[in-house]
Amino acid sequence: MTNSDKNRLKDKAFQVFGIFCTLIGLVVLAVFLIDILIKGLGRIDWEFLTSLPSRRAARAGILTAWAGTLWILVLTTIIAFPLGVSAGVYLEEYARKNRLSNFLEINISNLAGVPSIIYGLLGMEIFVRQMGLGGSLLSGALTLSLLILPIIIVTTREAIKAVPGSIRDGSYALGASKWQTVWNQVLPASFGGILTGIILALSRAVGEAAPLIVIGALAYVPFIPSSPLDEFTVLPIQIFNWTSRPQEAFLINAAAAIIMLLFITFLLNGIAVYLRNKQQKKIKW
Amino acid sequence: MQTFSFKNYSAIILSCAALLTACNGGNQDSNNPDMAGNIHIDGSSTVYPITEAVAEEFRLEAGNVKVTVGVSGTGGGMKKFTRGEIDIVNASRSMNEAEASLAKENNITYIELPVAYDGLTVVVNPENNWVKDITVAELKKIWEPEAQGKIKKWNQIRPEWPDKEIHLYGAGVESGTYDYFTEAIVGKSHSSRGDYTASEDDNVLVQGVSTDPNALGFFGYAYYEENKAKLKVVPVDDENDANGKGAILPSLENVKNGSYAPLSRPLFIYVNSKAAVRPEVDSFVNFYLEAAAELSEEVGYIPMPAALYKEQLQKYKAFSEGAAKK
Repeated sequence: MTNSDKNRLKDKAFQVFGIFCTLIGLVVLAVFLIDILIKGLGRIDWEFLTSLPSRRAARAGILTAWAGTLWILVLTTIIAFPLGVSAGVYLEEYARKNRLSNFLEINISNLAGVPSIIYGLLGMEIFVRQMGLGGSLLSGALTLSLLILPIIIVTTREAIKAVPGSIRDGSYALGASKWQTVWNQVLPASFGGILTGIILALSRAVGEAAPLIVIGALAYVPFIPSSPLDEFTVLPIQIFNWTSRPQEAFLINAAAAIIMLLFITFLLNGIAVYLRNKQQKKIKW
Repeated sequence: MQTFSFKNYSAIILSCAALLTACNGGNQDSNNPDMAGNIHIDGSSTVYPITEAVAEEFRLEAGNVKVTVGVSGTGGGMKKFTRGEIDIVNASRSMNEAEASLAKENNITYIELPVAYDGLTVVVNPENNWVKDITVAELKKIWEPEAQGKIKKWNQIRPEWPDKEIHLYGAGVESGTYDYFTEAIVGKSHSSRGDYTASEDDNVLVQGVSTDPNALGFFGYAYYEENKAKLKVVPVDDENDANGKGAILPSLENVKNGSYAPLSRPLFIYVNSKAAVRPEVDSFVNFYLEAAAELSEEVGYIPMPAALYKEQLQKYKAFSEGAAKK
């Protein structure tokens, strides 16, 4: 066997290995999805979506849970979006490369790896106790914002980095100020990437139960929150609660609630893809 | 030239928020539309199903009272309760000394009210044909810290049992169930061997025991009730004939009359005296004690004898009247 034959064989072997690795993830996901769909799909109807929690599995619904999840999503977006994008713009466009910005950079990357329950403890101390917000939607949204800020900052920076330098040079050459360049050229050009990052970050926030339980999110809430200072529950907590019940019927409810949570996540991802494509079509250099 | 369309996106977000506020549901008819207020409850996830059931029924009684229930665990709930952050705490064990002294420090006075029983159930795999009963001493021999790495075979516990490995399944160390079991069996709360399969989720334990022929496990009675076909229950003998002779099966009757000892445990709620003065909390607690017998059985627990509920009602009445005078 010649050397090049050997190399070709190795190449082939790696390809097969790569396909295998890709399939593992997909197969596990498929098995999970099919299992959940079989168990839960029959349980989803209008009543399930509009009923309050109940001790009788057949009468229990997820109205307050998904309303809480939507509230949390909206509030978290309002808080994390401007903060994260501004921080990203500052670090990429304005900050000088010195020790301070290095220090900030390392810390932000580290924060992305901190377990979510730690953010819960932080939120408990700062928002719930010190700021006196209690176990409210606002505390929850602020806590989850902290959780996803590092992700948003990192993706914003990556998106801004991908904008070619010639665009900035062109803008400066026409006499635009730094701010005008960032606002009119850099941000629009990188907006697709930024948006993708934010929505992926939100998808993560939507699935969190642990930090919210720590800050005092509840399990039984018989009303839809009407202001950011109201108490709340979210879908992951409802799911967690139902999966630990002894009765089989609650496990089916949990499967149905998982489908709804997945639906929200897929919807978010779909919106991200749509907006990114729309944005990219607009950009013509 | 394109403009940056922050505006569009923020408009979408704001309209979502408006929509949410708009669809806030109204309250249904109730007997006491005048009574209003909030009742904050948190604590044990074991007691949660009972309190949830009571809160659900209480809505028909007083629909404008907003009762919320959390599940941060007995320990987590006690922390909030002793700081005065919640009105009622669900507890699957009694308040411990550290918590009691915290409450004292913060000037919190309270009453402990048992609301139902749970029978911790010892189970083996249905294929296990050798275990017919087990004594508390034998359970201690299996679970005590000294057993770690030593007691590994069934015949080490009783010579006539086979020379097969024993696999243990039990509650996770953070749960009140673990505290109670170790206290009752080992004699010291929060102390046991560490080499067993532990889970806070009893359904995981059910799964484990039902698929492992050499398994021995324990969990709440409701989880056995719902999975009877997959499990074999083991009667427990406390070798004390005063409360039932021989090995006793956990059952509604045996837990209720106290013969299933020492593994029947009471479940509690604790009420803050400052909260008990508020009419909505007062009527909620009374409603709880009146409805607990029926509702606790419905969600899988074992009600106390009727006389005990009456006793609790009187105890509570004296407590709330005392609190009102202060």
